[in-house]
Amino acid sequence: MNAALLPLLVGLPFLGALLVLFAPLGDRSLRRLAMLFALATAVVGGFVFCCFEGNASGFQFGFAADWFTLPGGGTTRLALGVDGLSVLMVTLSALLVPIVLVTAPGHVHKRIREFLFWVLLMEAGMLGVFLALDLVLFYVFWELSLIPLYFLVGIWGGENRIYATIKFVLYTLVGSLVMLVGLIRVALAAGTTSIDELVVGNLPEPVQHFAFACFALGFLIKVPVVPFHTWLPDAHVQAPTGGSVILAGVMLKMGTYGLMRFGLQVLPAGAAAWGPWLAAIGVIGVIYGSLLAWAQRDIKKLVAYSSVAHLGFVVLGVFAFTEISLQGAVLQGVNHGISTGALFLLVGVLYDRMHTRRLTDFGGLARTFPAFAVLLIVSTLASIGLPGTNGFVGEFLILFGSFAERPWMTAIAAVGVVLGAVYMLGMCREVLFGRVTNPACEKLEPLKPREWAALLPLVALMLWIGLWPAPLLDRTRVVCAEMAARIEPWLDGEEQAALPREPR
Amino acid sequence: MEAPWLWLITLLPFLGAAVNGLLHARVLLARAAGVADDPAGERLVAWIGTLAVAVPFALSVLAFVRLQGMEPDARLLTASLGDWIHSGTLRVGWALAIDPLNSVLLLVVTGVGALIHVYSAGYMHGDPGYRRYFAYLNLFVGMMLMLVASDSLLGLFLGWEGVGLCSYLLIGFWYADGEKSDAARKAFLVNRIGDFGFLIGGFLLFWGDAGTLQLDGLNAAASAGTIDPGTLRLAALFLFLGCCGKSAQIPLYVWLPDAMAGPTPVSALIHAATMVTAGIYLVARLGVLFAVSGILPVIAIVGALTALFAATIGLAQRDIKKVLAYSTVSQLGYMFLGLGVGAYSAAVFHLVTHAFFKALLFLGAGSVIHAMHHRQDMLEMGGLRSRIPTTYRTMLVGALALAGVPLLSGFFSKDEILFLAASGDTAPWLLYLMGLGGAALTAVYTGRLLALTFFGKPRFDEAEVHVHESPRSMTVPLQVLAVLSVAGGLLGIPFVMHPLATWLEPVVGEATAIARGAEHHGSHALEIALLIVGGAVGIGGLVFGLRRWQGDPAAEKARMDRLEGIWRPLANAWFVDQAYERVLLAPLRGLRALCAGFDVFVIDGAVNAAAGAGRAIGERVRKVQSGATSEYALWFGLGAALLLLIFWIGGTP
Repeated sequence: MNAALLPLLVGLPFLGALLVLFAPLGDRSLRRLAMLFALATAVVGGFVFCCFEGNASGFQFGFAADWFTLPGGGTTRLALGVDGLSVLMVTLSALLVPIVLVTAPGHVHKRIREFLFWVLLMEAGMLGVFLALDLVLFYVFWELSLIPLYFLVGIWGGENRIYATIKFVLYTLVGSLVMLVGLIRVALAAGTTSIDELVVGNLPEPVQHFAFACFALGFLIKVPVVPFHTWLPDAHVQAPTGGSVILAGVMLKMGTYGLMRFGLQVLPAGAAAWGPWLAAIGVIGVIYGSLLAWAQRDIKKLVAYSSVAHLGFVVLGVFAFTEISLQGAVLQGVNHGISTGALFLLVGVLYDRMHTRRLTDFGGLARTFPAFAVLLIVSTLASIGLPGTNGFVGEFLILFGSFAERPWMTAIAAVGVVLGAVYMLGMCREVLFGRVTNPACEKLEPLKPREWAALLPLVALMLWIGLWPAPLLDRTRVVCAEMAARIEPWLDGEEQAALPREPR
Repeated sequence: MEAPWLWLITLLPFLGAAVNGLLHARVLLARAAGVADDPAGERLVAWIGTLAVAVPFALSVLAFVRLQGMEPDARLLTASLGDWIHSGTLRVGWALAIDPLNSVLLLVVTGVGALIHVYSAGYMHGDPGYRRYFAYLNLFVGMMLMLVASDSLLGLFLGWEGVGLCSYLLIGFWYADGEKSDAARKAFLVNRIGDFGFLIGGFLLFWGDAGTLQLDGLNAAASAGTIDPGTLRLAALFLFLGCCGKSAQIPLYVWLPDAMAGPTPVSALIHAATMVTAGIYLVARLGVLFAVSGILPVIAIVGALTALFAATIGLAQRDIKKVLAYSTVSQLGYMFLGLGVGAYSAAVFHLVTHAFFKALLFLGAGSVIHAMHHRQDMLEMGGLRSRIPTTYRTMLVGALALAGVPLLSGFFSKDEILFLAASGDTAPWLLYLMGLGGAALTAVYTGRLLALTFFGKPRFDEAEVHVHESPRSMTVPLQVLAVLSVAGGLLGIPFVMHPLATWLEPVVGEATAIARGAEHHGSHALEIALLIVGGAVGIGGLVFGLRRWQGDPAAEKARMDRLEGIWRPLANAWFVDQAYERVLLAPLRGLRALCAGFDVFVIDGAVNAAAGAGRAIGERVRKVQSGATSEYALWFGLGAALLLLIFWIGGTP
């Protein structure tokens, strides 16, 4: 039963995607069919979260089958497993897809069959990325999750979608290729492709330094950090709402997940060597992203740049290497998915009604669209990390933990907490308050049930994680402590002699 | 002693906020459906809102009584609800701890809070956001109680930012007015600058190496010397930056005058009686830590400077609420002056009396504004004494207390601070004279306020403005607060009784001893002399202010219109806002524009250029695939020749 759980988790959306593609059904029935599979996946994802043993070390619900033999003699495996690093992201991914599907009728009006197909396929790919325990399988899933987004933005996107799509794909492909080089280097040096062995093994130091640089570049583009970030605002602005939610909620976290899984666990010596630089890049991202967000006049671009700032915090937390900052980074990955996902949904709510995203086109919505105003304010507060919301717990743990190792960088990053309030409250001021100047704001259709259905769970999660983060922190405690301990010997110059592994 | 019911104190206001919030949602739905508001609904809302604070008041009294029944050194009630944030060595619970210090604060917050809820029931009558208002107000009280009652720095920070949020929501309550929304945002942002300091201070303490965020643990670590002295000093300075934000001290006071954009009861509750005293509470709560850190002189100087500086601005405001706002900034300065000279219980004493008389003055001003149909310019008032007698009489009591007229509460609390400043270790006479100067100015602007508002002849069109006394729901709280403003002095009368100091002794005794040394400073003779001087300055200043501005209001109007000489900087608050705009905001906007340009032209420019180059190369190379076999044959021949050449040079087959 347990061994079948994860193949089921990846298989359900995959099966759903195939069924949706071929089922001779009308659009409404197709939507229901896709929703059924997405919900089933979410249930399994929730089950995995609940059954996950927080105190245990290593991977749980493991599944493995031999796949094919590599030229060098090694065998790749179809291996899946979940640990504290991935369990939250797996659950979040499974949770966000039904939310995307429930809101889809608002903004997806053409080629519905294909849309549903790509969304489900993307879900299978994303879950696979977080669950894969084999380098080759990981890479396959990584690329698999990329292609659907290409079509989602390219077909259902905005006016300038082709430019955005090509930019996004080129960026990501460059990242993937560089990552592939690192991946091959690791596989050759270790003589194995199984991640569960790599995360405890020790590769020779030069290999680690080189491979880390490759992996890091690939993941940093995905995250993205400054200066590899310019694909993100374009992709977000052009993507349909659902695409933006998944992009912000899950895809970007594939980058931070990779940084931890491969950067810290597989290549601790490389991470230790490059750590200060990457932490600095994270801090620059916080300040630079915040200033850029503040400069935007397009509400969706503003939220996109706020992602750059938020993920800068996460990168800082990862490369501060403390148990607390790592727990904060993992948690903030989830938090960002929830609050930024909600913000993109809210931007979509406005866009569906007014067909504009320019800040100056809004104003005074607090009076004419009060339910929206409440949801936007709550999401904003979560985004700026007000205590009692999820954003605070994550941001606080990152800053608190990072301060122990990198006080100066953390102090600079903490300025981002002020700047976050500047641009987010500035956005609220322009959208919600003041007088109604645009007559289109006067008569707005109230929130539809499906919009409530998408937003309320997210708001509930914001408060739940903000007030009682223990269920999440308990599940990431062990792995973060282990990660911090694993990298410890490589810090402060007391470098351990790496033990080269015997090739199998 | 474990007392789980303490949670009712903090949670009931949240419950009230939730219920009133839902009632607001229901009204909005009804309005959308075209149904008119139910006028009876307001009463229910006001009752829910008031009870959600009044019951916690009763429970706070119970907590107070319980504490009284214990041994002085064992006075502590705790309540815990398990972990909040637990990661690594950091473990913070949902936990309350009530000792004599915050039991006093609980009483003030819930007591004054309940009165202001009653007052609001009348003041906000007919406002379309009536339910929303009470929901926010309840939420505020809940957050404030979390701030006061939490046992850890992190729990305190939750309340700290929470009250900031409520302040933001309530300053911008009438959000359709863009200026009010801007004021709200300014308040939140300036406070966030302070909160940045709060965070860094907390980090420094934990890692430097207190290893805890528990408030008592931090004090213990500081007194045991666990924290490195340099780190401790830095941490205390950063925490004090947080206090400067929340409690509106130089350099972060600029948000408070603007915060007057909110409804007047909000100004009374949040921006005078409770929230803005959070910084004083924090310093008193971490009294030992601050005393050991050695930064108390900094606090004293900032406090004294603020007290004097803000009082000068109060002299030249036309808006009745602005006078009171700068007065609040100034009075908070006195509290910090008190803390800075180690007079912890005197600072708390002034906090309590100020909560009474400043809430009274603000609510009175609200009653005046109510009577004047939302006019706030004192130059357009005059002669209200006979027209709104209850408001006048109660406000007079508050004004006398603020001015420091003998036997009223403000006299005793302010003069205790001044006496302890004069007998302290840090530049005693300088601090005393700054404080005394501020006190003189306070008395003068208080007299000016009374003269312009209540005395002389009406300077408004009585046919247009029908001045009327406020309803009982508004006047009764005024009367209660007036009584408290007089009786508050009983908490500490020199040589006679000082129950508050005795009550606080177990909490602040150690800190006071560290800050001021064990031996008694200052003689009785000095204290008596200073009392006399203080009383004379209070009376003299008040009489001067009354006489001067009662005499010729027209001249005052001309002066306020022309703004010549010293009046210009005074009326413009010394142009501090404008200076911040120039040295802080404008450069920041420049940096923003620079980054935005860099992003578009440099980063994206490079990306697009790389893509363009790739495309250009592709365009050229594409021509190679022409489809003409003869060309392919040519390339093939050239390539083969090249290979042969290479092999020939290399010498290998």
